[in-house]
Amino acid sequence: MKIIHCPINGPRPLQEFHFGGQVREMPVGSQVSDAEWADYVFNRSGEPGIQREWWYHTASGTWFIAERDCQSDEFIRTYLYGGRESDA
Amino acid sequence: MPHRLLKFGFNKEHPEPRMFHAPAQLKDEYDVVIIGGGGHGLGAAYYLARDYGITNVAVIEKGYIGGGGTGRNTAIVRSNYLTNEGARFYQASIELFQDLSREFDLNLFYSERGHFTLAHSPASLRTQRWRAEVNKHLGIDSEVIGPSEVKRLVPEIDLQCGGHLSPIHGALYHPPGAVARHDAVAWGYARGADRAGVEIHQQTEVTDIEIRDHAVIGVHTDKGFIKTGKVLSAVAGWTTAITPMVGLRTPLTVHPLQAVVSEPLKPWLDKIVVSASLHLYVSQSARGELVAGASLDPYELISMRSTLDFTEGVSSHLVDLFPMLGDIKIMRQWAGLCDMTPDFSPIMGTTPIDGFYIDAGWGTWGFKATPISAKTMAATLAEDKDHELIEPFNLSRFSRWQLVGEKGAASVGH
Ligand SMILES: Cc1cc2nc3c(=O)[nH]c(=O)nc-3n(C[C@H](O)[C@H](O)[C@H](O)COP(=O)(O)OP(=O)(O)OC[C@H]3O[C@@H](n4cnc5c(N)ncnc54)[C@H](O)[C@@H]3O)c2cc1C
Repeated sequence: MKIIHCPINGPRPLQEFHFGGQVREMPVGSQVSDAEWADYVFNRSGEPGIQREWWYHTASGTWFIAERDCQSDEFIRTYLYGGRESDA
Repeated sequence: MPHRLLKFGFNKEHPEPRMFHAPAQLKDEYDVVIIGGGGHGLGAAYYLARDYGITNVAVIEKGYIGGGGTGRNTAIVRSNYLTNEGARFYQASIELFQDLSREFDLNLFYSERGHFTLAHSPASLRTQRWRAEVNKHLGIDSEVIGPSEVKRLVPEIDLQCGGHLSPIHGALYHPPGAVARHDAVAWGYARGADRAGVEIHQQTEVTDIEIRDHAVIGVHTDKGFIKTGKVLSAVAGWTTAITPMVGLRTPLTVHPLQAVVSEPLKPWLDKIVVSASLHLYVSQSARGELVAGASLDPYELISMRSTLDFTEGVSSHLVDLFPMLGDIKIMRQWAGLCDMTPDFSPIMGTTPIDGFYIDAGWGTWGFKATPISAKTMAATLAEDKDHELIEPFNLSRFSRWQLVGEKGAASVGH
């Protein structure tokens, strides 16, 4: 069973989590062109390598950030947005 | 093994027939380089030669041909899609498929079974009606049927789903829905392309693409540099490793899709049965095995590992639908990579880089599109202009906000 470290609840099984997509900066809508806005809405990096992602611990309602290798599926770090960190 | 057969096997007079040559080494230059020896890449090479006489072509495959999604899918072919653009495109593919065994002189075991998309709620029945109407408008054989008709056509089905889910309200029935022998599709195209002079280089990986003044001038491989002005990327689940080589941004993300095969059974299921609510689709192969799959793995991953979670889920849903299967065994399981788009339609055609053409976004639905995408991509490369059938699928649709939403017809992967 795959274990993920929730920054609040510690090691928990994968089944308790929900994937929330890549972490991306939202541009200010009124300050960018239509093309830049479309790029933000649709495009993703999708490349093999380490990416920063949102994950949700369903049982406790905790959103947090994980740095994960999307080829080896290894979680490198997990931490709350702007907050506490736990080693994966 | 009988002695005579053994002797025959070792006799030099009857060498093992090969489907295509293994060229000795790469040339310095080709008119077209195709990355990816799946059905789409090999098919594009075949039609470039057949329809346009372009034969100075190399197909570069990092593993073996058909080793990607082409040899891993559950081989379902159908055209009961939701949009005009999609249904038209997939219908053109079915029409090519129906004639392909004869054209190749190779039995693809193309077998029309009839395809059911079960509805477990009034809402999902509404989507099926919508699909049926779009389909009929385009001359595609599709209709909504009630539960008693489902039971008549698939008597083994439990309309109550063991009480674990709301009962079956009806289904979208698509008689031309078919299955085919997927690796033979790759071999057929490979043999045809090879006979016309195309080179197929297996065990060769494209490592970079050389661009000058917004135009392709060549590709780097692990066996050296090749000059070319035209590159087709037909690598499906590997596309997100190729597009950074040319600085192209796309909406693609990669998820695994898994499938299982049961022990062989006597023939009892001649239909293809799909349930979105149960995350399940199943058919019986010519060998008697049940081939079953589900939806995508729930998070991004560029890896073809299998999971126990998946086998447990798919098995329990199989039994919900067909309680008689409680005792059968799962024989094999595997996964493939799916390059997903936000609107569940492919990304095809020309790109902002001169000479770089893309055939991607095949997600969980690209096997059925093999013939038509190969043919239309060949036309697009030869004429440097998107073929009319694939115009709606150009990468630029995202910046134009003109998506082709097929989620309602493609969310259970097949
Ligand atoms: C479990 C499963 C079930 C599916 N079921 C269905 C179904 O029922 N019906 C349906 O229509 N579709 C289905 N699909 C989707 C379908 O399999 C794919 O969309 C389709 O096979 C894609 O074909 P392709 O030729 O584009 O790519 P592939 O067959 O994946 O070929 C791409 C090739 O490119 C090669 N390659 C990658 N990178 C490089 C490089 N850098 N250099 C050289 N070569 C490279 C790879 O080795 C690979 O062989 C399913 C997929 C899966 C995983």
